Amino acid sequence: MNWMRLELPALPENVALVRVAVGSLAAQLDFTLADIEEIRVATSEAFSNAVLHAYPQSSPEQPGAVTVEARIDGGALEISVADRGVGIPDVDLARTAAYTTREDRMGLGFVFMETFMDEIAVRTAPGSGTRVVMRKRPAGGGLAKAGSEVAEARGTGGATGASGGTGVAGASGCGGER
Amino acid sequence: MDITSEKVGEALLVRVSGELDLDTARDFRARVDADLDRFGSHHLILDFAGVGFVDSSGLGAILGRYKRVAEKGGQVAICRPRDHVRRLLDLAGVMRIVRVYGSREQALIGVGQKEAAAGGDFR
Repeated sequence: MNWMRLELPALPENVALVRVAVGSLAAQLDFTLADIEEIRVATSEAFSNAVLHAYPQSSPEQPGAVTVEARIDGGALEISVADRGVGIPDVDLARTAAYTTREDRMGLGFVFMETFMDEIAVRTAPGSGTRVVMRKRPAGGGLAKAGSEVAEARGTGGATGASGGTGVAGASGCGGER
Repeated sequence: MDITSEKVGEALLVRVSGELDLDTARDFRARVDADLDRFGSHHLILDFAGVGFVDSSGLGAILGRYKRVAEKGGQVAICRPRDHVRRLLDLAGVMRIVRVYGSREQALIGVGQKEAAAGGDFR
């Protein structure tokens, strides 16, 4: 059993700090380097969502707070990212690939969290905030597996060509920022 | 994040070092857009050999640059991404529209700058 808890302002400059801390704790388990990268991406997405969406009324001088907790228990890693912001009006919609409320986003945050972690749960209520809890166990699932499954489904035999992926980037109306 | 740019033929070759996330994507976007304007480049090549991390914010910034260049008929290529960055580009579908190459020379040839690639007149 080991754990960490960080409470920090919802500022973009804290995204790197959070993923480094969580990645370092994850390295205490028997994850591969690829697993650690996936965990870093998932953590970055969860914290970035809080920065972008939780406190629309706040200013950089008085940002809201985000609490990041990570725990090693029973050989698995659990990450929690919680805010006390406005909440998510429609979680199912928010978790839809390519859905975004901002023109400069791709709507891939939840897609990456779901793809890279074994489990994800989102608890949210209007005005009370959002908590995202993700779990991952070493030697389970992950990007390499997801990539090969995509390749198998497409019959392309690997993630090296120019035809893989979720298709989010190629879909209309969600091709990145301006 | 460290970004250096140079004009090679009709392409802007941008070397990026560091991590591309919600925080640094703003600088990346501003710097690349400014250099595209400054050099009047038609194509964009992103050398990602020094990029250790990309998330969806970084991918959004890449796609934003793609839209900008493609609107004027140009091409965008990424070269030398690390394996985990390449896998992310693939998973997100970016590789459907932005070609990925193993070297700067291949990327230059890929965007039609064969003579510049053969000349090797870039750092």
